[in-house]
Amino acid sequence: MVAFVARRFLYVVPVLLAVSLLTFLIASLLPGDLAYVILGDQATPEKVAALRHDMGLDQPLWWRYLSWLGHVLQGDLGRSFRTGQTVLQAVSERIPVSLELMLMAEFIGLLIGVPVAIACAARAGGAFDRFMTGSAFAMLSMPSFLVAILLIYLFAVELRWLPATGYVPFTEEPLANLRFFVLPALTLALAEWPGIMRVLRSDMIATLQEDYIALAKAKGLKPSRILFVHALKPSSLTLVTVTGINIGRLLGGTLIVESIFALPGIGRLLVGAIYTRDLVILQGVVLLVACGFVIVNFIVDMLYAVLDPRIRHGHA
Amino acid sequence: MATLELSMQDEVSAPVRRKRKLGLLFWIASLWLAVILTLAILAPLLPLQNPVDMDMLERRAAFSSDHWLGTDGLGRDELARLIFGARVSLTVGLIAPMIGLGIGGALGLLAGYFRGRFETLMVGSMDVLLAFPPLVFALAVTAYLGQSIPYLTVILGVLGIPAFMRVSRAATLSLARREFVIAAEALGASHARILLRELLPNVILPLLAFFLLGVAVTIVVEGALSFLGLGVPPPMASWGSMIGEGRDSLDVAPRLAFLPAAGLFLTVLAFNLVGDTMRALTDPRQGAL
Repeated sequence: MVAFVARRFLYVVPVLLAVSLLTFLIASLLPGDLAYVILGDQATPEKVAALRHDMGLDQPLWWRYLSWLGHVLQGDLGRSFRTGQTVLQAVSERIPVSLELMLMAEFIGLLIGVPVAIACAARAGGAFDRFMTGSAFAMLSMPSFLVAILLIYLFAVELRWLPATGYVPFTEEPLANLRFFVLPALTLALAEWPGIMRVLRSDMIATLQEDYIALAKAKGLKPSRILFVHALKPSSLTLVTVTGINIGRLLGGTLIVESIFALPGIGRLLVGAIYTRDLVILQGVVLLVACGFVIVNFIVDMLYAVLDPRIRHGHA
Repeated sequence: MATLELSMQDEVSAPVRRKRKLGLLFWIASLWLAVILTLAILAPLLPLQNPVDMDMLERRAAFSSDHWLGTDGLGRDELARLIFGARVSLTVGLIAPMIGLGIGGALGLLAGYFRGRFETLMVGSMDVLLAFPPLVFALAVTAYLGQSIPYLTVILGVLGIPAFMRVSRAATLSLARREFVIAAEALGASHARILLRELLPNVILPLLAFFLLGVAVTIVVEGALSFLGLGVPPPMASWGSMIGEGRDSLDVAPRLAFLPAAGLFLTVLAFNLVGDTMRALTDPRQGAL
C-alpha cells in the first residue's frame, strides 16, 4: 500500500508542476498585458513601462515563472488590483458556498440515481428499466443551464415556491440558506443522476449474473437481501469512481449554476474576474481549481486502492 | 429435415440481425440533424429577416405573419435568430471536434503503436490538460484571447484532444498485436504503411462514432459559454446566448428562452443518439447490456 501511494504521489507532483506552468503560460503568453489592464487604454507608454518594471513584467519568462512559483509555494497567490483582496482570502471566503452546493448536488444525485439503478437492475429489460434508461439518456443531453432555466420557470416564476436568486450564510439563517440552495443543487443533481444510474445499473446487472448470486438464490435468501447486500456492496467501488470522475463536470456545472442563481461561490468569483478582467484572481483561481482537481483525483485513486486490493498490487 | 435446418438458421442469425437494426429513433434523430444542417447551411439564402436588425417598436412581439416565431427582447426576428444561431452552434460544434479528432486521433495512433517514452509523455501531457475542468480552461483562455468564433472553436478543439487520444490509443493498442499487423511487419512494411494502411482504417470507425458524441459535448460547452455571455460575441446569435437573453424575460415571454432551449436539447440529443448507435455498432465488445 505504501509503495502504491508513493508511486501515485510521484506521478502527481510533476502533473501539478505542469499544471502550474500551463496556468502561468496561459496568463503570460496570450495577448492582454496586465499593465495595460490596470492602467487602462489611455495610459502613457512611460507609465506602463514603469508599472511593468514594478511588477517584474520586464524580466525573462523563466525567471517570472520561478519567482511566481516560489510565491505560490509560500501561499502567496497575489492580490486583486481591483478589490485589494488576496487570492487566498477571496477563495477561502467562497469555498464553503461551492462545497455546500456540490455536496448537496451529489447527495441528491445519489438519492435519485442509486434507487433508480437498483430498481432497473432488479428487472433489467422491463418497462421501468427501459423508461428510466431512456430518461437518463435524454437527461445526459440536457445541459445544466437548460435545467436551471426550466426549474426557475417552474418553481420561481410560475409556482413561486422558491427564490430564483440570492444567498444568506448558513450560520445566519440556516433555513433561508437551504431554501436558496434547493434549486441550484437540484439543477446539478438532475445532471448528475443519469451518470450514477447508468454505471451502477450495468455494474449491478453484471454482478447479478455471478455464481454466488445464484448460490444465494438457491439458499433461499430474500430477493431484497440479495439485491441490497450481495449485489450492491461490490458496486460501491464503482460508485466511488463515478463520483470521482464526476467532480470535474460538477465543478464546471457549479460555475454556471452559481452564475445563474447568484450564489457567491468559486465559480462566480471566476466568472466575475473574467467580466472585470481581474487577471490576478483569474490566474489564482484557475491554478487552485486545477490543483484541487488533481488532488481530488489522487484521493479517489487512493480510496479505490483501499477498496480493491487488486489495484494496489498492480494486477488490474 | 429441410424445415429443421431452416429454423436452426433463423435462431443463429436472429441476434446478429437485431444488432444491425438501427431503430426508429435513430432515423428520426438523423432526419432532425439533416433538417437543422440544411437550414443552417442555407440560412443566408432563405427568405429570412436580418437576425441582428432591431425594431424597438416590435419588442417581444407575438407570432405573426411578419415574424413567424415573434421577436426577441430587442425586436429581432426570433426565427431568423434561431436559424442563424444554429449556424453558429453547428459551425463551432462540428469544427472543434475535427481539431480534436485530427490531433488527438493521430497522437493516440502514434502512442499506441510506438509505445515507450513517447506514449508516457503523451499520456502525461494529456493528464495535465485533463487536470483543468474543461469549462474553467475554456473560460480562462477566452478571458485572455477575447471573444471570437475562431478562438472559441480552437479552444474547444484543443479541449477535445485528450478524449480523442484516449479512444484512438486504446483502439490502436488492441489492434497492434493482431495477426494482420504482425503479418504486415513480417512482410517488411514500413511504420508509415502499417500506421496508415493497416491501423488507421480500423481505428477511424470508433473515432468517427466518438466524433458525433464530441459534437454533442462541444455544442453544450459552446452553449454554456455563450449563455454566460463569454462565448459568441454579441449581437451574433447562438442558441446559448439566446437562452441567456431569454432568461431575463422568463416571466413575460418564456418562449424566448424555451425555443432555443428546445433546439439545443433536440440537436444534442440527436447527436448523442446517432453517436451512441454508431459506437455500439463499431464496438466489438458489445455484450448483453
